[in-house]
Amino acid sequence: MTTGSGSSQEPERKFQTLSGLEVKELYTQDDIEGLDHDRDLGVPGAYPFTRGPYPNMYRGRLWTRRQIAGFGTPQATNQRYRFLLEHGQTGISTDFDHPTLTGYDSDHELAEGEVGRLGVAIDTINDIRDLFDGIPLDEVSVSLTINHPAITILSMFLATARKQGVAWDALRGTTQNDSLKEFHGQKTFALGPGPSLKLTTDIIEFCTKHVPNWYTVSISGYHTRESGSDAVQELAFTIAQGMTYVESTLKRGLLVDSFAPRLSFFFGCHNDFFEEIAKFRAARRMWARVMKERYGATQPESMRLRFHTQTLGSTLMRQDPQNNIVRGALQALAAVLGGTQSLHVSGFDEAFDIPSEEAMRMSLATQLILAHESGVANTADPLGGSMFLESLTNSMEEAAWDYIKKIEDMGGGSLHQGMLQAIETGYIEQEIARSSYEYQKRIESSDQVVVGLNQYQSENNQPLELFQFNPEEEDWQKKRLAEVKSARSQSDVADSLHAVTKGAKNDENLMPLIMSAVEVSATEGEVMDALRDVYGEYVDPGVF
Amino acid sequence: MATQNTNRTPKILLAKLGLDGHDRGVKIIARAFRDAGMEVVYLGMRVTPDQVAQAALQEDADVVGISILSGAHMRLIPRLTQALKDRDAGDVILLVGGTIPEDDVEPLHDMGVQGVFPVGTFTQTMIDFINSSLESK
Repeated sequence: MTTGSGSSQEPERKFQTLSGLEVKELYTQDDIEGLDHDRDLGVPGAYPFTRGPYPNMYRGRLWTRRQIAGFGTPQATNQRYRFLLEHGQTGISTDFDHPTLTGYDSDHELAEGEVGRLGVAIDTINDIRDLFDGIPLDEVSVSLTINHPAITILSMFLATARKQGVAWDALRGTTQNDSLKEFHGQKTFALGPGPSLKLTTDIIEFCTKHVPNWYTVSISGYHTRESGSDAVQELAFTIAQGMTYVESTLKRGLLVDSFAPRLSFFFGCHNDFFEEIAKFRAARRMWARVMKERYGATQPESMRLRFHTQTLGSTLMRQDPQNNIVRGALQALAAVLGGTQSLHVSGFDEAFDIPSEEAMRMSLATQLILAHESGVANTADPLGGSMFLESLTNSMEEAAWDYIKKIEDMGGGSLHQGMLQAIETGYIEQEIARSSYEYQKRIESSDQVVVGLNQYQSENNQPLELFQFNPEEEDWQKKRLAEVKSARSQSDVADSLHAVTKGAKNDENLMPLIMSAVEVSATEGEVMDALRDVYGEYVDPGVF
Repeated sequence: MATQNTNRTPKILLAKLGLDGHDRGVKIIARAFRDAGMEVVYLGMRVTPDQVAQAALQEDADVVGISILSGAHMRLIPRLTQALKDRDAGDVILLVGGTIPEDDVEPLHDMGVQGVFPVGTFTQTMIDFINSSLESK
């Protein structure tokens, strides 16, 4: 039971959003005076898509319930996938372990203790085959949550699909492939900003030509937010990343309408209910405008921002972990009211470890209750026209453009160059570190109440049944890797890796070369080593 | 305050061991320690136990703070304490923070970790801990 053991005095309340935007006592028509219905809102499914990407929204199709999973060996994760698919999940999202995310094999020195720990371990194409064993790749959409080594993992995936007899145009999955956010978001970088942007663009170019229904980049704000940014920064940096990918692909001579429809977005969802809804709506309007006005897109599909949401693990507390179920439900509700296309509700026990099966079941139930019991899915954009929400949507957009203009100025008018500058100089990291520290100070001073942490602490915290990691899985995975390595043709591997190196030096699209390498069982780490040799390895500058 | 008892500003070396990229916490701590008047050296992510021990020696650090959110602490911390001992730097105050389960706290103390700070620990708690540890040293 939670008791009111916190301070009995109400601290002086500041009325502002978590990003520090002012919130007034009352909003009236005056606050949205300049809002032009057709220009700024429109109807759901039509430009500028502020009110939603589709006309009938969830009446046509509910959001995809896509709980991410991955741990241990490919076989163990395959079991979890089958469990989730049987319990109402409609898509698969793969979490890779840190060695895989950073492009090291399971037998690398730095991988010790992390093989299969926070995601599934993938070393060779055999692992990808086992991971998706028995899962119909032309029916279930698969999201590969990987970035700098995405080109290697996607090559393994496409080669596996071909072997299973699934045509590439039947594949409807996603690669996260958002290399730039790695430097201020997830931090699983392998290469520098320039070379990793090249690989992201290689995937866009290759898939546009050969895997037409694949979502090539999931332009991500989620990790930036988990790194401590506020909502405005998440919005601004994510849109700026997206613009950089568009500019980089246009330079390859592709037409904007040929690849833009396959770009999608991925946001986090924090506690500030209306700010989050406003963020999602502002993102749609910003993307639509920039695609149409700046990049000359003519197809609505190119301007229509669609996104996945994950409720933020960093909002979950160790104190009274059951309270996290409520936080997850409110964040999920904000994502749905903001018009998300798919959703992951973080497990209530994630402040302790990766989620247990029980926590994942709660997360799915949260989604199902929202979908089937709450009634919020019955009409498109139910909050559209709210004076507060429309005003806040405008403020979010304005504040985000200020950041993007600053980044553009760093590149002397080129957003593409400015973004690389903003990353290389540590500007973005420092902006995020500042917000993150300010937020922490507000929590420590109780200016920001966090129930159970700095106020209303509970006296009896019951221990949870946590996920049990099997440490033997690291040894199994290493053994598997050794077996594959000893059974393959070493000369084929050496030749194929040499071709990758040569292709990188000649600035070719590396996708076909890397696919040839993984097909002869070159490991992920070997391919990434070949790339690191040419491009150099990126080392954390330790900005704070 | 420790600064009044010693002749110099306390020097703290921060690092993340292994490959995990969750550095929000360590960056908050770096800023908080700096604002509390400490000299902070942050080595960044993906460093090895040997690199941390070497840097602790070179920097003549009073405190070494390690952030781990990958779950690999029980494998990596013994390597670090050994590396520190190998360099006769075993008397440095060693702190570990991150997603550390309750059951691992005692074993970490037994390995020679003075302070264990799970996620959610306030920076002021750590600053107070460091100051009192330095005073009693």
